[in-house]
Amino acid sequence: MLPFILKRLGLALLVAFTVSFISFSLLFLSGDPAAALAGETASGEDIEAIRRLYGFDRPMIVQYLEWLFAAVRGDFGESYYFKLPVAGLIAERLQVTMTLGVCGISFALLTAVPLGVAAAVRPNSIIDRVALFLSVAGQAMPSFWFGLILIVVFAIQLGWLPPSGADSWRHFILPTIVLGYYAMPAIMRLTRAGMLEVLNSDFIRTARAKGAGEGRVMFKHALRNAIIPVVSLAAVQMGFMLGGSIVVESVFALHGAGYLAWESIARNDLPTVQALILVFSMFYIVFTFLADVLNAWLDPRMRSS
Amino acid sequence: MTDMTDPLMQDVQGPSPRDLLKRRVKGHLGLLTGVGIVGLLVLVAIFAPLLAPHDPYAQSLMTRMEPPVFLGGDWEHPLGTDHLGRDYLSRLIYGARVSLLIGAVAALISGVIGTAMGVAAGYFGGKVDAVVTFLINVRLAMPVVLVALAVVAILGGSLTVVIGVLGLLLWDRFAVVMRASTLQVARRDYVAAARSIGASTPRILLTEIMPNIVNNLIVIVTLEMAHAILLEAALSFLGLGVQPPTPSWGLMVSEGKNMMLFEPWLVLIPGIVLFLLVLAINLMGDGLRDVTAPENRS
Repeated sequence: MLPFILKRLGLALLVAFTVSFISFSLLFLSGDPAAALAGETASGEDIEAIRRLYGFDRPMIVQYLEWLFAAVRGDFGESYYFKLPVAGLIAERLQVTMTLGVCGISFALLTAVPLGVAAAVRPNSIIDRVALFLSVAGQAMPSFWFGLILIVVFAIQLGWLPPSGADSWRHFILPTIVLGYYAMPAIMRLTRAGMLEVLNSDFIRTARAKGAGEGRVMFKHALRNAIIPVVSLAAVQMGFMLGGSIVVESVFALHGAGYLAWESIARNDLPTVQALILVFSMFYIVFTFLADVLNAWLDPRMRSS
Repeated sequence: MTDMTDPLMQDVQGPSPRDLLKRRVKGHLGLLTGVGIVGLLVLVAIFAPLLAPHDPYAQSLMTRMEPPVFLGGDWEHPLGTDHLGRDYLSRLIYGARVSLLIGAVAALISGVIGTAMGVAAGYFGGKVDAVVTFLINVRLAMPVVLVALAVVAILGGSLTVVIGVLGLLLWDRFAVVMRASTLQVARRDYVAAARSIGASTPRILLTEIMPNIVNNLIVIVTLEMAHAILLEAALSFLGLGVQPPTPSWGLMVSEGKNMMLFEPWLVLIPGIVLFLLVLAINLMGDGLRDVTAPENRS
């Protein structure tokens, strides 16, 4: 088990390192960040001053290494717009995004797993068809549009929930549904496929043959085996969801890290954008690492590959 | 001896694989629905200038936000007009061009990149495989929406930039699936046979490997096309995708958002069309997977 963990950790670090380089160099795509920062109306002298002020006149690799060493210590520089340390800004906003992410994945699991199990127990039944419909619709639903529709119906027409903001738990209900529904189809399909496979296996027949009750067969024998890949998918989806929260946060004006990313991109706030890309990537890397380790622990066959 | 028209022989031989495929296609409601809707929208996109009742860019301050016919409007503007008085139906029709073009070209670019990487990894194995697997891991760790938004913000929003960014970002699923499919096929006896009679590597890849993985490739092309269309709409909605006045469905939702309180149809209509197109492409992709590889159905 330990060799597997170490190997997997090494890969995670290497990926993190590469991502950090890409997210840093992305912002040099325009050729001249100083000109981009100064704006279209700036004169040549202004651009030159900005270039020297922010150190853009040095070789890119030097700038990168300096940024990386500071970033490892938790220092992402100062936001061009807010004139505050980026690390503090992000830490403050991450709370909202993490709350949303945890609520979203919980919502997805609590709807997708029971639906997937029910669909697998009675294939081609009404409930299987409803589950299939929900998952096909979920995959085609533009999340920003779904969010707006929920706002129109539940916040404006019915007046049950607030349309935007993050002041109370009620503000999180609609965003949670939108973000959770985004992750639901994949989890539901995997649960259903896993349950179908397990229910047809020999040990289930044995369990039934020796007279185990149907409830016991389902939960003690079948679900415990089918849920293993679902757990790791949920971890991966969680990583994707945090990255995807930018759309949901902007629809509901939830001032989390995704909203901060959107604002910073629109304002050309390079240090904040670089740091956010790196932070969201790190979440994904950490979640997939944990998922793989968990998988290897639950299923020793995974350790060899 | 092998006269296929002889009913007796046909009975003995049973239906050919092609007949079986045809039968599966005809029996697959999802696939037929998907192909029907996508086909219709492709025709609408191609013949947009003939179908659109008005110029999608023509503004008219006298006739702003007229309601659609089903909400009491007149047939001059069947789906009403937007905040600048532009005919909504015409913009919707031209919007099909933007969505389909971005979806198709982005899927094509990412398909070429991902297939090359996946096939190389699956066929050569070893170090090539290690590098490709690593690149897939790196790509998956990058948050797509965030990176796409940042790049569009730097390079400026245009059709070309959006297509390029999505094409360069969405190759991961191609690489994953093509790698797995190639791994399966490369172990078969006919590949070893081709190698033993001295066939070159490019020849083996093109004539032995590719024909046997192309079904999976087509499925991923459709699914990634849907993915690209949804992403374009999201980017345009956030204001960092296709720029106004280009009629993009995501942009139309974004423009209608401010009037959502009083004129919810401004948001509803483009969203429904977007949902239908993506749904139809997904149905097509899932259907193609079912009929070409019925053993993989889950």
